[in-house]
Amino acid sequence: MKRLIFVVILTLAAAYVVWPQQPGNYIPGGDSLPGSQGIHIGNFNRQGAKLGLDLQGGSQLTLQADMSQVPTDQRDNALKGVLNVIERRVNAYGVAEPQIQTRGNDRVIVQLPGLRDPEEAKKLIGQTAKLEFKEQGPDGQFVPASGTLNGQQIALTGAYLVPGRQQVTFQGRAGLPEVAFEFNSDGAQVFQQITSRLVGKPLGIFLDGERISAPTVQAVLSSNGVITGLGLEEARLLALQLNAGALPVPVTIEEERTVDATLGADSVHKSIAAGEIALLVVIAFMLLYYRLPGLAASGALIVYSLIALSIFKLIPVTLTLAGIAGFILSVGMAVDANILIFERMKEELRSGKTVAAAIRAGEDRAWPSIRDSNTSTLITCGVLYFFGQQFGATIIMGFALVLAIGVLVSLFSAIVVTRLFLELLLSQPWAHNSRLFGMEIAPSQIGGAVSRRPAAAGTRG
Amino acid sequence: MFDFVRNRRLFYLLSAMLILPGVISLVLPGGLNPGIDFTSGTIMTIQFNRPEAVDQTELRDSFGQLGHAEAIVQRSGENTFVVRTRPLQQAATNESGELGTSERQQIEQALTERFGPLQILNLDQVSPLIAAEIVRYAILAVAAASLFILLYLWWAFSKVTHPVRYGATAVAALIHDALVVLGIFSILGRIFPAEIQLESTFIVAVLTVIGFSVHDTIVVFDRIRENFIRRSGDTFEDVVNHSLAQTLTRSLNTSLTVLLTLVVLMLFGGVTIRTFVLALLVGITTGTYSSIFVASMLLVSWNLGELRWLWPWGSRATAAARA
Repeated sequence: MKRLIFVVILTLAAAYVVWPQQPGNYIPGGDSLPGSQGIHIGNFNRQGAKLGLDLQGGSQLTLQADMSQVPTDQRDNALKGVLNVIERRVNAYGVAEPQIQTRGNDRVIVQLPGLRDPEEAKKLIGQTAKLEFKEQGPDGQFVPASGTLNGQQIALTGAYLVPGRQQVTFQGRAGLPEVAFEFNSDGAQVFQQITSRLVGKPLGIFLDGERISAPTVQAVLSSNGVITGLGLEEARLLALQLNAGALPVPVTIEEERTVDATLGADSVHKSIAAGEIALLVVIAFMLLYYRLPGLAASGALIVYSLIALSIFKLIPVTLTLAGIAGFILSVGMAVDANILIFERMKEELRSGKTVAAAIRAGEDRAWPSIRDSNTSTLITCGVLYFFGQQFGATIIMGFALVLAIGVLVSLFSAIVVTRLFLELLLSQPWAHNSRLFGMEIAPSQIGGAVSRRPAAAGTRG
Repeated sequence: MFDFVRNRRLFYLLSAMLILPGVISLVLPGGLNPGIDFTSGTIMTIQFNRPEAVDQTELRDSFGQLGHAEAIVQRSGENTFVVRTRPLQQAATNESGELGTSERQQIEQALTERFGPLQILNLDQVSPLIAAEIVRYAILAVAAASLFILLYLWWAFSKVTHPVRYGATAVAALIHDALVVLGIFSILGRIFPAEIQLESTFIVAVLTVIGFSVHDTIVVFDRIRENFIRRSGDTFEDVVNHSLAQTLTRSLNTSLTVLLTLVVLMLFGGVTIRTFVLALLVGITTGTYSSIFVASMLLVSWNLGELRWLWPWGSRATAAARA
């Protein structure tokens, strides 16, 4: 009884989580049903399932940073600098929920959901970072700060900083964080001229035209200086940004995948239809071939679908077209364990065991093959996931994750849930009919009460 | 009871006939018809909004005029076309530091002028650098999956004599399945060069097939393992024969449910994943065949010392098994 309550509560909770915002898209005539408001528990908020760019529309760009000019020991920081520069540009462009991650030693993956034409964004992203120093003009506006060098008027830019020498240091006993910077000899000359006229005034530091800091000049400086009065995180970021400006890393777009939202929506509709039809087809097969045990397996398959989908939504797993195909495939695989158990059960029944004993023996004896076969699928999933991760193929990672979760959930549904349903069915007198098992069973075999002992799979494991 | 074991040479012949044409096609130049994931390039789907049909030749001309004589234009719907070109250029900065238009924008503009409003439904572009890397990782992934499965099976069957044989024959069966899929797609790629182009999802399909192939093989092997202990008086051939007869229904049924879902995906899942689903359909069908007619038969052959010619350097293990 405890197991029944547990499974019922779990199923209801999963159904609640899975329930769509627009039921009409999933159930014929479901428009009149109330839609889900999403799940909100404390800080946890989840509106709908997370869709990949191929389903919701948008652009994924793989950027390659050219590190050939960067000393080996500075490459990690240089890549972080590139990431920061791109993040700020994408955010300035105003895309909802962009995702920007580094991949490997020299790549950045940018995901821009909902973007129809990424050309403008690509122009912005593809530019090399530009760090400028500015001073306030008479009207309070920042204008490029310049000085004379070898008789020429030049503006001070990040190109005059010594690459990699901008770093966070800690000042005095209190250990207050500050950012030390260093100009090369040309830069030092210009910087001296600028600071000598800016004492007590702010020096604006601009990255890509955006002000990232405006410290007040305390004294006349030349090659070395520090910026004080910063929080630790702030200081780290500023050092990163100054270095990015000191040694701009050119980026090129190596890969682009753009999907229009209308195509994505079409794919979603087709996938939903295919998934629902597949579920019905598998249920029909199980009922026709395995009769009463097939009914229990079908119930378990519905529980499986609800639990798996709710896990995808809660984690959340980014659902892509290949991922949904993987889930639909897993519906067909989820009954595999049932088939192994039922076939074994039939053998045990033929050998004269009672129904209850046959169920138990079927599970116990089928377990090693269920365990080994599912492990091999999990191994493949692991390899696929790693493979996808290596070059940011989110589609492949999504497929592997969906299949792996499917395999794990199906072990629970096919063994624990099916057994529970089968016991419930067998507690009804009408179920003790040999035709419902699709084979001849002697009356003596079905007389006994069904065992209530807890499922103990793996006794032979 | 059908004598599987006695007919094993027939099954080997059948497998050879299944694999050989594909392998020949694979080895000949242009073995697989790779898509842009493996060769680099651009593939886009363009949908025109005007009511009258856009002429395919006219569209190809337009691409030729835009400097893309290499473009392959293919109709995929009423007014929808799939176009493959070499990688498009990004917008470049001119002397005054301003950005020009990108090649994609130029194409969009030129086509709109000629054919009216259009939408680019999707656009994938892969550079040669990334393409080369995908190929390398794909090969590594298949090798790694095979190795891990071999090791796992070796361990899982450690209680029987010669556990390595179970792992090795299961891996042989999965290589068989991978070859069948690769071979059939190599031939298909030659017959339908525009439709069957292999992208990285094909690797996913091949790896899934590998996983499933072993899944099926294990069901049979597990029964052999069990019967081996129970029927210790029987010959190895009898044990295998019995095991196959006992597990035939479940082998077929577990594959059938998966094949049913794949057929549904094929019919209702949309064009985008059709090649992917087709690869799975082929692979899972041959996976079922190979677990019965390749893996188990090889196990018998190995046990009878028939595989000794493969390992001429020393065959103590096989000789001992016969004794």
